[in-house]
Amino acid sequence: MNLIAALIAVLILTLSALGIAFSATLSFLLTAILPYAAFTVFIGGFIYRIVKWAKAPVPFRITTTCGQQTSLPWIKNNPLESPSNVWSVMGRMALELFLFRSLFRNTDVAIVGQRPVYGSAKWLWFFGLLFHWSLLIIVLRHLRFFIEPITPWIKSLSTIDGFFEIGVPTLYLSDVAIVAGLTFLFLRRMTVPRLRYISLVTDYFALLLLLGIVTTGLLMRHFFPADLLHVKNLALGWVTFAPAAPKGVGTVFYIHLSFVFTLLVWFPSSKLMHMGGIFLSPTRNLANDNRMKRHLNPWNAPVKVHTYEEYEEEFRDKMKLAGLPVEKE
Amino acid sequence: MAAVKTPKPDELIAIRYAPPETPWMETPTVFRPGTWSYSGGAKSLTALGLPNPRAWQPPDEDWKLPANWQSIILEGLRERLEKYRSFRLFMDICVRCGACADKCHFYIGSGDPKNMPVLRAELLRSVYRRYFTESGKRFGKLAGARDLTIDVLKEWFYYFYQCTECRRCSVFCPYGIDQAEITTMGRELLSLVGCNINWVMEPVANCFRTGNHLGIQPGGVKDMLEFMADDIEDKTGVHVEVPLNKKGAEILFVTPSGDYFADPGTYTCMGYMMLFHEIGLNYTFSTYASDGGNFGLFTSHEMIKRLNAKIYAEAKRLGVKWILGGECGHMWRVLHQYMDTMNGPADFLQEPVSPITGTRFENARATRIVHIAEFTSDLIRSGKLKLDPSRNDHLRVTYHDSCNPARAMGLFEEPRYIIRHACNHFHEMAEDTIREKTLCCGGGAGLGNDENMEMRMRGGMPRAMAVKQVKEKHGVNRLACMCAIDRATLTSLMDYWVPGVTVMGVHELLANALIMKGEKERTTDLRGEPLEGKAADEAL
Ligand code: HEM
Ligand code: SF4
Ligand code: SF4
Repeated sequence: MNLIAALIAVLILTLSALGIAFSATLSFLLTAILPYAAFTVFIGGFIYRIVKWAKAPVPFRITTTCGQQTSLPWIKNNPLESPSNVWSVMGRMALELFLFRSLFRNTDVAIVGQRPVYGSAKWLWFFGLLFHWSLLIIVLRHLRFFIEPITPWIKSLSTIDGFFEIGVPTLYLSDVAIVAGLTFLFLRRMTVPRLRYISLVTDYFALLLLLGIVTTGLLMRHFFPADLLHVKNLALGWVTFAPAAPKGVGTVFYIHLSFVFTLLVWFPSSKLMHMGGIFLSPTRNLANDNRMKRHLNPWNAPVKVHTYEEYEEEFRDKMKLAGLPVEKE
Repeated sequence: MAAVKTPKPDELIAIRYAPPETPWMETPTVFRPGTWSYSGGAKSLTALGLPNPRAWQPPDEDWKLPANWQSIILEGLRERLEKYRSFRLFMDICVRCGACADKCHFYIGSGDPKNMPVLRAELLRSVYRRYFTESGKRFGKLAGARDLTIDVLKEWFYYFYQCTECRRCSVFCPYGIDQAEITTMGRELLSLVGCNINWVMEPVANCFRTGNHLGIQPGGVKDMLEFMADDIEDKTGVHVEVPLNKKGAEILFVTPSGDYFADPGTYTCMGYMMLFHEIGLNYTFSTYASDGGNFGLFTSHEMIKRLNAKIYAEAKRLGVKWILGGECGHMWRVLHQYMDTMNGPADFLQEPVSPITGTRFENARATRIVHIAEFTSDLIRSGKLKLDPSRNDHLRVTYHDSCNPARAMGLFEEPRYIIRHACNHFHEMAEDTIREKTLCCGGGAGLGNDENMEMRMRGGMPRAMAVKQVKEKHGVNRLACMCAIDRATLTSLMDYWVPGVTVMGVHELLANALIMKGEKERTTDLRGEPLEGKAADEAL
């Protein structure tokens, strides 16, 4: 089964990470060479994918309209669902990016009393949003390892995130949220028959890998503390191109790192590229101004058409018989 | 082949949403009678110069494909990936979140998981991965990739002709992935090796030659319009003219040929003619551009362009100022989103201005074609029409948003404005089933043929049930719509699921209410059905 294949893949990753932790040469590889390799693949791959999409032309303006068009002045247009200018398009895109507008529409369907009934199904939206926002916050918080002195906004972000001051060290809200989000997404995939049916190995793998990163991160923070000073030294070493093998960071840290590098390397060739793709989607990022402005197709080639002359040639007699005007008598 | 009997509604509604035991890649496609369309006839393909004309039918073991069919398809795939950003992107970024899954009316009505938009896309995406991505080449099935085999091709045919390209899935997808776009590509690829359906190819061949899908020749168009003019005179006492191929007219009127071919579309067409007469519009029909509809949309982008070219050409030849388009769904997808790009620029026309109200249709300033609902609602708003909505009191009306005007234009308020002024009893269907979330009639995109009846009834079920609900709640007996395909397909759909509800165009409703100069007292509507109150008077 696809889920099992994904589990095995993550297990293999974990074991290799353990192997790495206990071998000096390999851990040098992981902490001094792989960071650059992974980062290069990630950035290079990301750009490659975007360029590849961007190079394909957009021959037609195929906006999907989800609200009233701009037509007569007394009919109220819906600028965010059927944008007719650049500003409205940006508004529409912002809603999609930051609030997952379209996902918010989600419903589910059941046949009740011989009739389909549509129920509200906002859970996917809620947990999807929870996961993505907390992921963003966590990534931003990680910047504290790479920057010295830590810039104030990162500090405030961490403070707000740890607002409730539960436990020592403080439990971050984003950590709770991302666990909740990922767990929901994973359980949903596993338990909803329809979703299990469409899920590929890679779909489970993405979630398991992210869960793996989050879990090892939490373990280091709350159960097997890694020496943060050493972690910071390591990270600063990377950015100053003087990586030094870390001491006292613990086995879990090696697993955490291996997972992260796997994610970075895999990212550009995976569905996770939706992060870049969402900006380019022609059904969302084009204005519904089709009849206002002509859209050009770079490869618009002539095709074989049936001209009026050919038409009249065939039907001239019949047209005359019916009393219809003709061009040539 | 004899027509198969469609199961009874009670049997059809017993839908199970549990997926089969076998994974989808291992579940074979069965061409069950009633769920597929006859193959495109050799004659039509030859007439259009399309590849591999031959006699075959989908359930046949041997599809008589060219020996190198695989390389033709793969080459076609490569070409389309390079030409359409939409296609390449939609192949790459789906996360299989399943938000689109239960939004497709074919899935809701059949429970077949391959009718979930996401899986319909995977049918093609799996082949894309296998031949065009590194991970697919290397890891095969682990990366969700599979070989292009004859069974895969047959599966494509079955499921790409079980999608009405309605774009409902695209509304719900967080990235706007539009299965209609993927289906279009799939159909284009199938067409490259000669696999088409007849209910698309025959109309296309007709349309190319005679200007309309039904193959009506110039005299026939004239006869039909004149017949309708006589009918109007019978019902209203007003004689309306039938301008045809008239040079120097101000406006060219294009409408789907379904409107002058058969009931109930003809009543809508009579509605246009009465309206134009009443406001004294200087317009013309055309026999060459005798169909605004364009079944090319259901086979390939190239065919859209081939069939659409006549509209601007005819407007230019007749020397009109601008074009007015009648009530149709897919026709408007083409006119709004493709025509100008494909066959423009329309620089020989003028920016449309209503000759009656002086309103400038700013939103059509480049393409120079106005939707009749925009035109008419402006007339009503400007007080140019005298309407007696009580003449529609025998009707309890609901309104079906056709997929294309809804999700490819955003035309929601104009028709409702007309309906509200033309009748007194208008009831909307449930929120989840109208406007951008509207549910398809189940027979669009070339699927409205008889051999495919079971699938049509399944696909149309969600729409029908929404109508049934307002019928039970408000006594609705009339389903208004703005689409010629709908007027045909919804009629069968209502007969099957919601008997007692009939279908009409918005301009039929308007024409019933339209008070014309010099008309006699109307005792019936355009269909000859007695008006409420009038029949009772006579009985006294
Ligand atoms: C511009 C940034 C991004 C946007 C707008 C975005 C948006 C979305 C949306 C709307 C979904 C579908 C709903 C859901 O399952 O939550 C989704 C799914 C997903 N996203 Fe993102 N995403 C972004 C970046 C990322 C990044 C950077 C990652 C991971 C490193 C990621 C990982 C995922 C995963 C794993 C899923 C699938 C969840 C499942 O399996 O159900 N996303 N994303
Ligand atoms: S909603 Fe979009 S991203 Fe989600 S499964 Fe459907 S097509 Fe894929
Ligand atoms: S376009 Fe319509 S018919 Fe096709 S998959 Fe999407 S919802 Fe279904």
